[in-house]
Amino acid sequence: MRQRSLVILTSVLTTGALTLTACGSRDNSGDKSSSSKTEIIIGVDAPLTGQNSATGLGIQGGVQIAVDDANKNNTVPGVTFKVQALDDKAIPASGQQNATALVNNEKVLGVVGPLNSGVATQMQQVFATANLVEISPSNTAPELTQGKNWQASKSRPFKTYFRTATTDALQGGFAAEYASSTLKKKNVFVVDDKQTYGAGLAKLFKAGFTKSGGKVAGEDHVNTGDTDFSALVTKIKNSKADLVYYGGQYDESEKLTKQLKDGGVKIPLFGGDGMFSDTYIQTAGKTSEGDLATSVGQPVDSLPSAADFIKKYKASGLKGDYGTYGGYSYDAATAIIKAIANVVKDGKVPDGARAKIVDEVQKTKFEGIAGPVSFDEYGDTTNKQLTVYQVVNGKWKAVKSGTFNG
Amino acid sequence: MNTLPQQLANGLFLGSMYGLIAIGYTMVYGIVQLINFAHGEIFMTGGFGALTVYLYVLPDGTSMWIALPAMLIGGGLVAVLIAVGAERFAYRPLRGAPRLAPLITAIGLSLALQQAVFNWYPNAKTDRNFPQIDAGPWHIGSISVSSGSLFVIVAAPLCMAALALFVSMSRTGRAMQATAQDPDTAQLMGIDTNKIIVIAFAIGGFFAAVAAVSYGLRYGSIQYNMGFQMGLKAFTAAVLGGIGNIYGAMIGGLVLGLAETMATSYIDGIPGMQQLGGGGWSSVWAFVLLILVLLFRPQGLVGERVADRA
Repeated sequence: MRQRSLVILTSVLTTGALTLTACGSRDNSGDKSSSSKTEIIIGVDAPLTGQNSATGLGIQGGVQIAVDDANKNNTVPGVTFKVQALDDKAIPASGQQNATALVNNEKVLGVVGPLNSGVATQMQQVFATANLVEISPSNTAPELTQGKNWQASKSRPFKTYFRTATTDALQGGFAAEYASSTLKKKNVFVVDDKQTYGAGLAKLFKAGFTKSGGKVAGEDHVNTGDTDFSALVTKIKNSKADLVYYGGQYDESEKLTKQLKDGGVKIPLFGGDGMFSDTYIQTAGKTSEGDLATSVGQPVDSLPSAADFIKKYKASGLKGDYGTYGGYSYDAATAIIKAIANVVKDGKVPDGARAKIVDEVQKTKFEGIAGPVSFDEYGDTTNKQLTVYQVVNGKWKAVKSGTFNG
Repeated sequence: MNTLPQQLANGLFLGSMYGLIAIGYTMVYGIVQLINFAHGEIFMTGGFGALTVYLYVLPDGTSMWIALPAMLIGGGLVAVLIAVGAERFAYRPLRGAPRLAPLITAIGLSLALQQAVFNWYPNAKTDRNFPQIDAGPWHIGSISVSSGSLFVIVAAPLCMAALALFVSMSRTGRAMQATAQDPDTAQLMGIDTNKIIVIAFAIGGFFAAVAAVSYGLRYGSIQYNMGFQMGLKAFTAAVLGGIGNIYGAMIGGLVLGLAETMATSYIDGIPGMQQLGGGGWSSVWAFVLLILVLLFRPQGLVGERVADRA
């Protein structure tokens, strides 16, 4: 009796498995016959769920609009572009797996992403080995392009890596300059989340702030995922600081500012672009009023060149907002598409196309929607615009734009 | 300004929240010797239940003073239903099985609940904002208290007092004590032990929901994965106090909360310890405390040393 049921079970499973495989192969053949054009995929890697996903979805959306535009305008004749977006959940190991998956897909000729510098460090090597171009719209850690010893001597570690965002070296210093000369703050309490991005930002802010005569009233660190900062708030209160600088993402800073104000400490929180998100204001509510954040580039909404992009984004039904990096992602994807146009002729992908595309991206020069797009010898953007934003009446408002060269 | 009073208050608020969750661990363990590792997720669903009541049941713009009781009832109902359902379908079929089996089910259940909320609750993939009481912060001397902290500091002792009364005065409460002491004999005396176990799960679930509402009010948002860390801390609190002892759970929670806040503010002031202090190390010191207690007082702070049942 038992043996017979085992036989039935096995045969059911086998039939099931066979049906599934059959389905799979039918799908594949259908795919090939339906498109006469060559399909090229632009990969995206960003956190699409979990922490930082609001910003990550903006990256995916920005690339999607760029690809839609390229398909509509037939930018590369004989080619249809598609987006393949993978979720790294802001976890370095997931980013590395995604990079491997993208590299193994022959149709992928360029990748936009990731959001987090910490994730990027795990992906660069994978792309470099495969000669696949990677442009991040948001990584700000200087060592990604200028090597580990960037403060002493710069050397580019990976020639396949580019970015359209300026580095923390500029953001931290720009914030410090604004805090001491415009806000006239004297005493700062510095907190960071011990991540590559957050700790780097905090270090550079501290250096810039003390150089211009300010004092560091105290320092502390938090863990990503922490929710209770009440003990830290008491420390800040006691330090008599008139400003808190936070190096990290909005997930923690929005809770920190709320608990700061609830604890009766009425001083602004100042952070980097990781904090510059609508989610920050929504969660912190009115306790975020007066808080400040720096971000790379100029506000996308204030640029006439981006008006069309914003209109398309809103009409596209994409989830969420284009956020801080939607515009830079659009430009990053456009740089890849333009490079492909120079390599792929009549829909024919030549041998070694990936390496040729890397060379073309290096030579890129055009007016993007978020400013001029071109890369220096390290793969860094030549556009060094930065902006300070402040929460005014429940909205981020640009208060100062400028360039900063250290 | 003196730091100590404010830090003591912070520890008290945090500890009360741990204690409320820890009661769920400790009661279930006391009666069926099962560590319900899904309890952190029951806490999380309580928070989402309360949020659902506010967003989708109550009319827009309801005052928090009216909404809050409704949210407590709604969140409590969800958490109790899930806790009781877990008992009925995940744990009861395994009663009498080796200890490892229900433990594995518990971990499976905790992952399932987390993923269910992550995938099916609208926009739960990122932080969900929790409604706030529009009052405070109040200043008492050098201590400032936010509305969310006030809620937990009032709710926790109330819950505890009600539970203590229930356990010592009511028939069901006494039946619970009897079941905890010896389920087989209790059953022979005519106590429906299944009913008692369900009640233990239900009370634990409701308290977890109260803790989840406190969490939302205090931190402004709730997350699908908030049960993991809070559950782990509350479990630590239960062990710290002496698992199986309901007063121990509350005391363990308070001790743990105080230990964390004290570690954050004072350890880096000790010469030679600068590298080991600060906010990033609070959990480390909490677990160091747990290890120390287990080394020197394995039964927990107020637990009793019990002989193994024959």
